[in-house]
Amino acid sequence: MRRRDFIQLSGLGMSALVGSSVPVLGNTVSLHQLLEPRADTAQKKKLADVALNAAKSKGATYADVRIGRYLQQFVFTREMKVQNITNAESYGVGIRVIANGTWGFSATSDVRPEAIAKCAETAVAIAKANARIQKEPVDLAPQKGVGEVAWKTPLKKNAFEIPVQEKIDLLMKVNGEAMKNGAGFVTSNLFFINEQKYFASTDGSYIDQDIHRIWPTFTVTAVDRQAGKFKTRDALSSPMGMGYEYLDGLAGDKIPGPNGLISYRNSYDMVEDATVAAKQAKEKLSAKSIQPGKYDLVLDPNHLGLTIHESVGHATELDRVLGYEANYAGTSFATLDKWKSKNFNYGSKLVNIVADKTQPLTLGTVAYDDEGVPGKEWDLIKDGILVNYQATRDQVKILGGTESNGCSYADNWDSIQFQRMPNVSLKPSTEKRSVSDMIKGVDKGIYILGRGSYSIDQQRYNFQFGGQVYYEIKNGQIVGMLDDVAYQSNTQEFWNSCAQLCDKDDYRTFGSFFDGKGQPSQISAVSHGCPTTRFNGVNVINTGRKI
Amino acid sequence: MAILTKDEAKKIVDKVLGYSKADEMSVTLNGNRTGNIRYARNNVSTSGETDNMSLAVTAVFGKKVGSATINEFDDASLEKTVRRAEETARLAPENPEYVPMLGPQKYIETGAYAESTAKINPEFRAQAAFDSIDPCSKKNLTAAGYMEDSAGFTAIANSKGLFGYNPVTSVEFSVTTRTADGTGSGYASRDYNDVSKLSTKEATEVAMNKALASTNAKALEPGKYTVILEPTAAGDLIGLMMNSLDARNAEEGRSFLSRKGGGTRLGEKFFDERITIYSDPANAEIPGSPFAGGGGGGGGGRFGGGGVDGRPQEKTLWVENGIIKNMSYSQFWAQKSGVKGTPPARGFIMQGGNQSLLDLIKSTQKGILVTRFWYIRAVDPQTLLYTGLTRDGTFLIENGQIKYPVKNFRFNESPVIMLNNVEALGKPVRSGGVLIPPMKIRDFTFSSLSDAV
Repeated sequence: MRRRDFIQLSGLGMSALVGSSVPVLGNTVSLHQLLEPRADTAQKKKLADVALNAAKSKGATYADVRIGRYLQQFVFTREMKVQNITNAESYGVGIRVIANGTWGFSATSDVRPEAIAKCAETAVAIAKANARIQKEPVDLAPQKGVGEVAWKTPLKKNAFEIPVQEKIDLLMKVNGEAMKNGAGFVTSNLFFINEQKYFASTDGSYIDQDIHRIWPTFTVTAVDRQAGKFKTRDALSSPMGMGYEYLDGLAGDKIPGPNGLISYRNSYDMVEDATVAAKQAKEKLSAKSIQPGKYDLVLDPNHLGLTIHESVGHATELDRVLGYEANYAGTSFATLDKWKSKNFNYGSKLVNIVADKTQPLTLGTVAYDDEGVPGKEWDLIKDGILVNYQATRDQVKILGGTESNGCSYADNWDSIQFQRMPNVSLKPSTEKRSVSDMIKGVDKGIYILGRGSYSIDQQRYNFQFGGQVYYEIKNGQIVGMLDDVAYQSNTQEFWNSCAQLCDKDDYRTFGSFFDGKGQPSQISAVSHGCPTTRFNGVNVINTGRKI
Repeated sequence: MAILTKDEAKKIVDKVLGYSKADEMSVTLNGNRTGNIRYARNNVSTSGETDNMSLAVTAVFGKKVGSATINEFDDASLEKTVRRAEETARLAPENPEYVPMLGPQKYIETGAYAESTAKINPEFRAQAAFDSIDPCSKKNLTAAGYMEDSAGFTAIANSKGLFGYNPVTSVEFSVTTRTADGTGSGYASRDYNDVSKLSTKEATEVAMNKALASTNAKALEPGKYTVILEPTAAGDLIGLMMNSLDARNAEEGRSFLSRKGGGTRLGEKFFDERITIYSDPANAEIPGSPFAGGGGGGGGGRFGGGGVDGRPQEKTLWVENGIIKNMSYSQFWAQKSGVKGTPPARGFIMQGGNQSLLDLIKSTQKGILVTRFWYIRAVDPQTLLYTGLTRDGTFLIENGQIKYPVKNFRFNESPVIMLNNVEALGKPVRSGGVLIPPMKIRDFTFSSLSDAV
């Protein structure tokens, strides 16, 4: 289905990205081309109607069409060198139909009306071919057409319009400061994505959306050649649904933490973080190796976001619960009977987790999903109890629902849309509490920041997470840095050990920029908000080995 | 059909190079027809087909590199793409690590193309899915599976006279079958260049047997166990190690191959002496690419995109009798180090013995049989420590027999430690594009239990 290229990234930290390569969609183009507009809304409406009419005339009972233009600009550097700048564009049409109660999909990069009509006919033919061995006809929840509407990510600075030289200058400064402060090596990257999506369906919707995302990140490495040791520290940035303004580094968005640590809310100071990172990577070389055992964990949002993603986000995807991902990502322990019981203790009473497609500046926020359903917010876990899932139009009736909660997404025009995670976030405490207040109450604990190693089983029970930096807490105080730390737990046990949350002033979002799911694999981007949170008595292992 | 012959492809790339005004220019032409079918809950969920051909041009002025890609092939479009690549190169910053392009090279024929695979159509895919779903339905098992087939070619060329052409077909199939009560799960996967070797029915039966045999698993205490890793499980872990043989990282002091005090551990005995791993693009069972890079239009491995590396892939010994014999080099690092520099291998062959999986089981007093691993992630790049879990069929072996299914484990283990704890190696088979033996390993570290089925 997909011919996708990957940029191999040697020398990039193991945990910064999915493996050591990033997917590039579509064709490499000049910067000029990225800024040239393609078809206007009126032209797209005309093309969309060609697809919808062709599908209907061949017997489709439902059809939707996505005319998509997907732009990427990626900048890669190491030390004082620019390694790669990629400008990519992918433009084409994907048509999804229901015929004889079965889905069919076809896509084409040829956007002439006759090619689009033929593509729609192919989609219907595939649906009919597969209908012969189909036992569960598709039952689509109704969605009223919304007519002709448009939405844009609210931006201050379109990253694609910022000169490349300015981006290179920033990364050279980031790398320079890291080297000056003790890094032996540094890689830094900027990722910019713009999805220009035109969606139309036989329900009578014509939706034009312009969606932007940004992710600045780096990995610094400190090496002690005599000892034969090396340590890395990744950026504590978060990918955001913002423009280049995320890199303004506004003072008002910096949250000072204990031990000179600085956290960033909706504005990121990349040079400052790289400076701190280099010092921390160096400090890690001689940090104390953890004594394994039970510890109270104080988890920073830039770390806990990934634990939420893996142990709640993926576990409450309805397609996984139903078995549609059984051959790849897996199923889920959060089965329908647990939801129906209305008393399944996913977590302690303090745990309130919401799904949304509406939180400003986040990766998941859009006005409409990829099957024309408006963005919403709903509870997944309320006062510790599992109360809902993430669903698309063809699934929601299984939950007794009459309308989708809008979780359909495809990563490109030639990908089939399916259920993808919305933002999934942990609500902050209503009681006033800062990170320092929280640490004061911990006798034997570890304060963990940053996204590290992560692994979870195919039903989302057992997991193991590491971070970027670890601090030992003794009798209410941070006493020094730790190394070789990873914690292992079981999802339900972990969330039931949730003992305390900081308040809204500490609430920040973490993001996953290249989240993979499905066969063929598709990526998506999603945010997870939370405050710093305490979990009691979690099992911590020592990951140090000798080879 | 976007599969051009060698002559047709050469005609296009020669025309493109003829438009060049750059100091150096390289071209990659890729054509591909891919199709897939996916099913779950014993029903087809999605299915599709895509036909695509694209051309990537890389232009170089001095050490400035720029690329452009197109999927239209009239003369005007081709020339426009050349001009765009040149314009991008002129505006690009200098790449101090740029290495001049290679001249003409000799490439081997790999035999990676099978007409049978190129002929796959939607009806074939529907039948393949049916052959997997039907036996499961009849035994009250639930199948979820995926088959993806691809037929295509890559042609690479540059302004210094290099030309290479490689046609490839492939098919990958995997299936997970689960018992109706959700207490048993089994998995099987197959990958071939020639689809006539694939029987989705045969693979599904393996998965079905595993699902039925794995119900009501018992919990064992985590700890160190002798394990028998099926080729799928072993290949995933060894593959991660084989991706970590970069010479530059080792020399920079940030690899498991870096030596304390400086330098690398090339030439040192690192593993059990039975361990020998090599790559061979001409191997009939896992035919590879005859040239490095050439991966496509987007980014490729090279600055500015284009993907053309063009170094010939040759038979290379990576580990011999436990000794590290080679590390992989980028062109830049090879030039800087003054060595020939082997490119990273695509696929590898690990030597084994003649024993079957069953023989390995029979010779085991007490151990754990592992079908596959899941969610493997690096924990510490210094020691190549990885974590992950067993999945879809984990069994206790006692006195040479499979005793009963056991609950899945989380492991924390390094393939380096593993390959020092070898008890026995079986006969290598193809799994995930590599040839890998099933292996018996002692003292494999399981650190916790998982309730997942």
